Amino acid sequence: MVPTTFYVLLSAVLFTIGVLGVLIRRNAIVVFMSVELMLNAANLALVAYARERLAVDGQVLVFFVITVAAAEVAVGLALLVAIFKSKRTADIDEVSMLRG
Amino acid sequence: MDFVLFFLTAAIALAGAIAMIVARNAVHSALFLLLNFGAIAVLFLLLQSPFLFTIQLSIYAGAIMVLFLFVVMLLGAEQVEAAQDKLPWQQPLALVMGAGLLVIAMITAVRGGSNDAPPGGEAAEAFGDPASLGELLFTKYLLPFQITGIILLVAVIGVVVLNQQRNQAQTEETPGERPSSSVQP
Repeated sequence: MVPTTFYVLLSAVLFTIGVLGVLIRRNAIVVFMSVELMLNAANLALVAYARERLAVDGQVLVFFVITVAAAEVAVGLALLVAIFKSKRTADIDEVSMLRG
Repeated sequence: MDFVLFFLTAAIALAGAIAMIVARNAVHSALFLLLNFGAIAVLFLLLQSPFLFTIQLSIYAGAIMVLFLFVVMLLGAEQVEAAQDKLPWQQPLALVMGAGLLVIAMITAVRGGSNDAPPGGEAAEAFGDPASLGELLFTKYLLPFQITGIILLVAVIGVVVLNQQRNQAQTEETPGERPSSSVQP
């Protein structure tokens, strides 16, 4: 069996890649995909620890995370479509209406 | 055998993730993310979670990625980063801070996880059974389960409201038509 640490290390690397995607990319849709990547990395760590402790609770938590992520994607993409309809762009640098 | 499978899948997951943030075309990014989701689903299976494997494939790789691809193609937002970067100093700073985060996260992972193989025996045999997960979901976690139902309902209403605002703006341009008439009973 593969030790839990390997899975958690992989999860850490995937999470960092997601953070870099959010910080570097300017396409709002790709930024959104990076958020999904971070959620998935967290899910991987949860499932790995659930197996180490033989506790199904971790898997239940992952189930909830996936459900909330689905709702989040639906609302977020609807927002993106609304922003695109008014600004004609998905570049997050252009969406600065709230800047004082 | 387990190790070979793990390292192969981990390599695919990492390659998919890196290619996703490097790819210039948003459609390519979405497809690389799909590859990453598939690899993570296989890792779930390696971690004795067949139910989450199914959920990951059907909801993440199925529903969510279709939604992403649909929106990318609907908006035609494949390449929006042609313009000059307004914050040129941000990218190197992000790389440095990302490296710092990676070091901290890896130290935490090494300290938190144990290097021993997970316990075996009878409890390990029964672990990961979808029936036990469902039982927990409807007893100990019944209230959170119902709250997720409300969250999904709110999401549906929110999406409808976000799209309806546009319809009202369109109907305002044509006088004599009440905005509420766009809602069909």
